[in-house]
Amino acid sequence: MKLRISNGRVIDPSQNLDAVVDLFIEDHRIVAIGEAPLGFDDAEVVDATDKWVLPGLVDTAVALRDPGYSQKGTIASEGRAAVSGGVTTLVCPPNTKPIVDTPAVAALIQDKADEAGMANVFPIGALTQGLQGEQLSNMVALTDAGCVALSNHGRSLASNRVLSRALEYAATHDLLVVFHPDDPSLSEGGCAHEGVMSTMHGLAGIPETAETIALMRDLLLVEKSGVRAHFARLSCAKSVEMIANAKAAGLDVTCDVALHNLLLTDEVLKEFDGQFHVLPPLRSENDRLTLIEGLKTGVINAICSDHQPHEKMAKVAPFAATEPGMANVEVLLPLALRLMDEGDLELGQLLTALTYGPAACFGLEAGSLAVGSFADFVIFDSTEKWIWDQSTRKSKGSNSGFAGEQMIGRVCQTFISGQRVYTLN
Amino acid sequence: MMRSDPRALQLNEQGQLKHFLTLDGLSKDILTEILDRAESFLSMGEQSVKKVPLLRGKTVVNLFFENSTRTRTTFELAAKRLSADVINLNIATSATSKGESLLDTLQNLQAMQSDMFVVRHQDSGAPHFIAEHCTPNVAIINAGDGRHAHPTQAMLDMLTIRRHKGKFEGLKIAIVGDILHSRVARSELHAMKTLGVEEVRLVGPKTLVPEFFRDMGATICHDLKAGLDDVDVIVMLRLQKERMAGALLPSESEFYRLYGLTEESLAWAKPDAIVMHPGPINRGVEISSEVADGDQAVILDQVTNGIAIRMAVMSMAMSGQVQEQQAVGEEG
Repeated sequence: MKLRISNGRVIDPSQNLDAVVDLFIEDHRIVAIGEAPLGFDDAEVVDATDKWVLPGLVDTAVALRDPGYSQKGTIASEGRAAVSGGVTTLVCPPNTKPIVDTPAVAALIQDKADEAGMANVFPIGALTQGLQGEQLSNMVALTDAGCVALSNHGRSLASNRVLSRALEYAATHDLLVVFHPDDPSLSEGGCAHEGVMSTMHGLAGIPETAETIALMRDLLLVEKSGVRAHFARLSCAKSVEMIANAKAAGLDVTCDVALHNLLLTDEVLKEFDGQFHVLPPLRSENDRLTLIEGLKTGVINAICSDHQPHEKMAKVAPFAATEPGMANVEVLLPLALRLMDEGDLELGQLLTALTYGPAACFGLEAGSLAVGSFADFVIFDSTEKWIWDQSTRKSKGSNSGFAGEQMIGRVCQTFISGQRVYTLN
Repeated sequence: MMRSDPRALQLNEQGQLKHFLTLDGLSKDILTEILDRAESFLSMGEQSVKKVPLLRGKTVVNLFFENSTRTRTTFELAAKRLSADVINLNIATSATSKGESLLDTLQNLQAMQSDMFVVRHQDSGAPHFIAEHCTPNVAIINAGDGRHAHPTQAMLDMLTIRRHKGKFEGLKIAIVGDILHSRVARSELHAMKTLGVEEVRLVGPKTLVPEFFRDMGATICHDLKAGLDDVDVIVMLRLQKERMAGALLPSESEFYRLYGLTEESLAWAKPDAIVMHPGPINRGVEISSEVADGDQAVILDQVTNGIAIRMAVMSMAMSGQVQEQQAVGEEG
């Protein structure tokens, strides 16, 4: 099958490309950009005039809730939400039921994803059995079954000795470990950034030290073990500085940030709206601006949606009693483009953090339109204004602080390996 | 986007109270109206017939998700003096602990066609949540939510201060003790700043007085002597025993030694300073018996004023609700 994507503005930061050119696809891959190769006269033509043609987005944090939590989401429902948002490759966390601590569960998730025919799905395996923080998981077997990294997810290990050994074992086999830096003895019971807003509203605070103390410990153990590390969902200004220092010292570390931490601060909590209950919490304006600065300087490698769909009732409660998380994967791009209004963040920097930046963190062959790459791409109308509400939502989760808002920019078509997996309307 | 600010949520189109959720954002005029109205109810309390018909035919439900005999009793008495029918529900020990959600409980209660919920809940923001999710014609009165707000307690304290000091302008007030966990302190701070109090000092160790309160306009003192120096009003807060287990304090005796109000430390304040306490008192933990029972203590006045304030707030919120329903009725 041959495909010609005609007359679109092709923007691919991986090859510093931003030009109105044609894209040629054959046998699932990009075969040429610009001039048609021989034999493309009879190719199917997709007109992309006045549209952007982008590498498919790579999202490092999409909870599919499957297996185990079908009331919140399924691989089919969340996969569909992902491709409707232009996400063609996603990494999903191990906190399913059962937990991804056996090869069978990892294989099950990938089989279901293949069957659904939506985004490319890469599970993260559990670092310890049952995420209990006591016994190491079968890391190599999990990796052989398709896990791209290992993580204890949000459950910080109680024992530094176990963590240290887990990292040494992972380093032995050159496996990637994902950290969610959190010291539970400091964050326990908290539901909001410890600051003026939580103090005024009487919400139990999560101090920034909950993140930075754990991050410092993790960095020291990463240095000692030599393991490859990715730090997920940083929320504090100080964390950006610590990662910058670690990178400068030559440590093999990368990191990401959740999109909502770049767009919002704890100011929104004044209305006690549980839709803004996320972990790590929305923090101060200084934290938010420092995270954006981290993107500009490249200290932060990736922006993720941190997609966590919930059933409606999970958010119908007083703030502290709601379940944390937002489900934003399908509006990742229009929301991320709001960051352009912030000033000197360039489109190329932004798209890097949504495409080959995250792909590189996890060593995935994705996020690029270079000749020879898999033809995962998105046709995007950057000017369409639309309302993201119940009638347009794809995810099973309706939980988002952005629900009901106007979005500028909309995904028109999504292709994976040259196959059209999503068309608007 | 449809999201309601708790401060806007509690007012109707005419700017009158229809719920009473927080003092944050309420104008000086509204606070003064509450105090004036309560004052008129106070004189009524001295008469032989103590009832007025302002809530006749209305049903008030006391919804207490957290136990509190004292607050519930004064709300009950206030509602009865307004001629309302009153139902008391202690939900701390009933349905929600069996897994029924807060929303289910509310829907059941709404079906009983009550007109007002007086809500106490352990979660900050719960009354606001209830006000948003109830049918529009039920008035919600916050009787204390988590660490967030206890607006009727704060207003009865304001009434007590006004009756003793005659004004708010120029006053220096110290609030002493466990500010961190205190919904009373938060609501008092809003009321005092709005009513024109010159200086509000929050006094206690760093573990119990977060620095962030400075941004709310308070002065922070870690030393009791500096905190009480020249003040007109002292508010002592109750110290819960759990605070020691949480490693916020070493012991009750050390707290008493550093922050307890005794005859000696009371002398640091103005000679005519009044001493308040939201109750119940821990004698010998935050306050000595001599001070609690002394001439400067106005703790029992607070209780009497509490009934009047609750009558004022309940009658105002109910009339704000009725007006809104009429306005909606005319539109429809």
